[in-house]
Amino acid sequence: MTEESNKGIFQSLDWLTIGIYLILIVWGWFSVCGASYDFNNPDILSWENRSGKQMVWLFCSVGLAVMLLMIEKQFYIGSSYYLYIMMMVLLALTIVIAPETKGSRSWIPIGPVKLQPAEFAKFAVALTLARYMDEHGFRMDNTRQFLHVVGLIMLPIAIIIGEKETGSALVYLSFFLVLYREGMTGAFLFVAFSFIVYFVVGIKFGEEFIPDMPVSVGEFSVLLLIQLFTIGMGYSYCPDKQAITIMAIVTLVATGLAFLFSAFVIPFNVCVIQVICLCLSFAFLIFLAFYERLLNYVWIGLFCVCSAGFYFGSNYLINNIMQPHQRIRIEVLLGTKEDPAGAGYNVNQAKIAIGSGGLEGKGFLKGTQTKLKYVPEQDTDFIFCTVGEEEGFIGSAGVLVMYLLFILRLLALAERQPDTMGRVYGYSVLCIFLFHLFINVGMVIGLTPVIGIPLPFFSYGGSSLWGFTILLFIFLRMDAERHVKDETRRGGG
Amino acid sequence: MKEQDFGYRKYVLGGIALVIVLLYIARLAVLQLASDEYAGSAKSNALFNNVLYPSRGLVYDRNGQLLVYNQPTYDIMVVTNEIEDLDTLDFCHTINITRKEFDKKMRSIRNLKGYSRYTQQVFSTQISGEEMAILQEKLFRYRGFYIRKRSMRKYEYSYGAHFLGDIGEVNQREIDHDEYYQSGDYIGKNGVERSYEADLRGEKGVEVLLRDSRGRVQGHYQNGEFDRKPKPGKDITLTIDSELQKLGERLMEGKAGAIVAIEPSTGEILCLVSSPTFDPRRMAGKERGRYHAELYEDLNRPLLNRAIQGVYPPGSTFKISQGLTFLQEGVITTSTPYPCSRGFRFKGMKVGCHGHGAPLPLIPAIATSCNGFFCWGLYHMLNDRSKYKTIQDAMTTWKDYMVSMGFGYKLGVDLPGEARGLIPNASYYDKNYKNDWNALSVISIAIGQGEVCLTPLQIANMGATVANRGYYITPHIVKEVKGGHIADSLTKKHYTKVKKEYYDDVALGMRRSVLGGTCKKANNHWYEVCGKTGTAQNKGHDHSAFMGFAPMNNPKIAVAVYVENGGWGATYGVPFGALIMEQYINGKLSPASEAQVQKFQARHILRPSAELKAIKERKDREAKAREEAKKARNDSLKQSKSVDAKAPKDLKATQPPKDSKDLKDSKDLKDSQDPKAVKDSKIPKDSKASKTVKESAESKVLQPTDSLLLDSLKQQQKPKQP
Repeated sequence: MTEESNKGIFQSLDWLTIGIYLILIVWGWFSVCGASYDFNNPDILSWENRSGKQMVWLFCSVGLAVMLLMIEKQFYIGSSYYLYIMMMVLLALTIVIAPETKGSRSWIPIGPVKLQPAEFAKFAVALTLARYMDEHGFRMDNTRQFLHVVGLIMLPIAIIIGEKETGSALVYLSFFLVLYREGMTGAFLFVAFSFIVYFVVGIKFGEEFIPDMPVSVGEFSVLLLIQLFTIGMGYSYCPDKQAITIMAIVTLVATGLAFLFSAFVIPFNVCVIQVICLCLSFAFLIFLAFYERLLNYVWIGLFCVCSAGFYFGSNYLINNIMQPHQRIRIEVLLGTKEDPAGAGYNVNQAKIAIGSGGLEGKGFLKGTQTKLKYVPEQDTDFIFCTVGEEEGFIGSAGVLVMYLLFILRLLALAERQPDTMGRVYGYSVLCIFLFHLFINVGMVIGLTPVIGIPLPFFSYGGSSLWGFTILLFIFLRMDAERHVKDETRRGGG
Repeated sequence: MKEQDFGYRKYVLGGIALVIVLLYIARLAVLQLASDEYAGSAKSNALFNNVLYPSRGLVYDRNGQLLVYNQPTYDIMVVTNEIEDLDTLDFCHTINITRKEFDKKMRSIRNLKGYSRYTQQVFSTQISGEEMAILQEKLFRYRGFYIRKRSMRKYEYSYGAHFLGDIGEVNQREIDHDEYYQSGDYIGKNGVERSYEADLRGEKGVEVLLRDSRGRVQGHYQNGEFDRKPKPGKDITLTIDSELQKLGERLMEGKAGAIVAIEPSTGEILCLVSSPTFDPRRMAGKERGRYHAELYEDLNRPLLNRAIQGVYPPGSTFKISQGLTFLQEGVITTSTPYPCSRGFRFKGMKVGCHGHGAPLPLIPAIATSCNGFFCWGLYHMLNDRSKYKTIQDAMTTWKDYMVSMGFGYKLGVDLPGEARGLIPNASYYDKNYKNDWNALSVISIAIGQGEVCLTPLQIANMGATVANRGYYITPHIVKEVKGGHIADSLTKKHYTKVKKEYYDDVALGMRRSVLGGTCKKANNHWYEVCGKTGTAQNKGHDHSAFMGFAPMNNPKIAVAVYVENGGWGATYGVPFGALIMEQYINGKLSPASEAQVQKFQARHILRPSAELKAIKERKDREAKAREEAKKARNDSLKQSKSVDAKAPKDLKATQPPKDSKDLKDSKDLKDSQDPKAVKDSKIPKDSKASKTVKESAESKVLQPTDSLLLDSLKQQQKPKQP
């Protein structure tokens, strides 16, 4: 590509996104200053301090961003498969060559810095997906092709779990949101969502009982949810609404009568009736499948049975197989147990740090909780604490709003891509950011499990900063080529 | 094509992002805006109030001699949360404790009120410098353990334990009472350490430090804006003359009792000896607990400050107050003679006296300590119906005189625990004699016997009042608080109800007592001594007492001596008083006097505690044996009786009789579990005694030596309405 066309590219760059990017990285840098403040060495620009190092990573990323904007989209797409293979090899190699740090083997030390390949593999996977799904004849409802895509996503997950870096591996699940946008049935997401709901409700209310009845609130609610979800799925995916209505009326009325009988006549465990209803529903759905010769009924029947199986299985797992400390972790997260000194320590300290910030915060470098290292990992995974403590509600809500703008802008950019490739890649970028934001901030404020993944642009660390920069700027370059690309394609075709 | 099919899904994804962000903002609002609970947690988390202890004020004697000072000592502190890989055995070895003691200490720390895993808790206190040095070297190996510097009281001399007092760790009650104190702080427990605690302690300072999650200090909060420097305690100067105190304690060695000397013109206490005493130096440091327990167990009760807490019958020293009262009330003039035929004999009442010429007027009566004279005086006063409508009126008048002289109530000395003594009043007799009493029933109070009880301080104060010819200044032990002031009440003049001229008369009597009466041994050629002996009867051997002052005109010192079971007033009281006066007025003792001191110092009349214990144990055994024999007898009796009668009978045998006339008559108060046994033991042993011992919860002594003390304790506990 010539100088001139590069010039054109820079004119069609989305400067709004770049602006938000710059605001976020600078904001992040100030937060790292607060979080890594060292009382013995208060010079925030010193190389000895993390804030000094982060400054260097910051300038490197800006340089990296400029470089990435110079490279054509065609190059990225063309090399994507090779990049994917290289990255998978590198990830696998990491398990072998990386020294163990904090129980995982995911960091490769290169001179004074350590790199985390899992952060860099994201863009390779995103590019590969984009290219594969852009290929002629790709259809999401083609099971073989769909399984290929799933395999492309699951491979890095498997390797990274091998590195014992589960948090980073889970990030790759965000690609399923991309698949959803590209036409994957929402049922998959709904199943995943419903299983999480069973798990949370089942444990959170498992120990509570309905007054005067030998019925656990958790068990009753979960089984009722399974009944309702099964009926709901039946209405969404089956043509014979009448049959589903019959099933709904029979099971719900039976459950209701059982509940009333238990409440007013002889107390007994209503859940038995619910399980029988579920079994009947399953049998009825299988019958419908044969009767109407439609596979969807089988799927719904399986959903019904698997849901119940998952619920009872997870209960058994937690109560009989899990180690007590693991069980406590789950119970603390769901708020059924308090253990501020043990499993709940991180989250409790994080809440104290954020809560003590108040409306306006304590001021830059004036937070005591994060500075005095009450919050573990306070300049990496728990960096949001520092924002909350030093900048208060205004600052922390501001960060969230800024992220929302960023993500919605990426959404707009992805939607304006002329081809599947650009859109898939754009959505990949967006979903990765969204996943990080959801998990990271959620865990800090005690709403999601503690999964050690960084907050993009805020958490200290060169690898993650560069990884997100690469991810973003490749997309910005693609976006900038949206007109050019059309012409070349057209010209080529 | 596909794009159009699923375009709506961009809204789903955008919606998810929006919902997440809004949910999180709501959560942030709850955390940051809804409550300030987290701000409080953050403060207690990160801010560490490092208490800076002030140095406690020093204590000097009246001549500027240092008596009490501070020495650095060290506490071992522990933050249990930080303990990591502790080599417990090595640690125990280093600080010289056993593994068991270590475990016990850790357990008790965890059970403390206000225990926190994250803050420093006191593990062990008062580690010496050497021990600290050894520990300091190895401290890096014991994570979670810290050393805190404190200071310990050091005493220059082994004298003055009772009024100097000591300091100890605050107890929960003291913490609850005054929020200044925190667990582990020291507080004055006795003596001036306690009564001048507020001056001596100074004011704690604080450093507000930032502490990281591992308890390491990372600097001052807000650059030290909230730090406060400790204010050192104020030094105090006592009125005590340490040489005089030393002499007094030497004299009282091996004897029970007290010597009190007061400067009459100021009310300053020159010496305050209580014997038996103990070594204040052993009351500081690690040994304190054990030593204190040992003293507490000691049946001679060395912890009791007899000078202000012991209440004794003043004996003949009390006659001075009687003479003054009679003169002022016009019962007598200085020329009124009363007969004495080897005592007061009237209507079958007899109060004995020694042989002397009779009849006598007041002045020679004081000199010879004539019992008859004062008994007649009181008899006439109480029976003077022209002046007092009833005997109750007369008694009340008498009581008012006594109270005006500082008896019956606390004098208000600036030391804790002062006793008030006992001056009986009309209602006291009405109650105890069931309104059936007359002048004769109470006649022994005229000679300082019977119900009357004074503390040695009150006796000395009577001497000071005579020295001042009619007033006293509250006796006090602190002369000066550096940078502070002593209470106004300590320098106030208290006039008695008797005119100055009458005081001149009794002073003359006291002078005559020294020149040719009972106090001859106190006479010397340096200055004019006035004195009055006392020989107080009690159920054991008589107590030897003396009250005097010198010089007669412009007195410098008033003294009271009280030696339990010392016999005649002249045996110990007079020579002790004379020696104290000589030391104070001359500043030194003559060689002859020094020889006398050594002689007295070697004379011990107190029985060692172990011996008393053996006697007590033997008596307990005997009582038990008797009780068992009685029970066996009762049992055999009961068996022959019906079953119905059994239960109430049983109850009767084990409960003290509710309305026990015999006990009351002998003024015997008992709350022992076993009244019969005590009664049994009393009759054969203490035939001479008019009073018996009350077995209080704190002491179960049935021993003549201590009986008086306990007697007086008993009276302290009784309602007193002088």
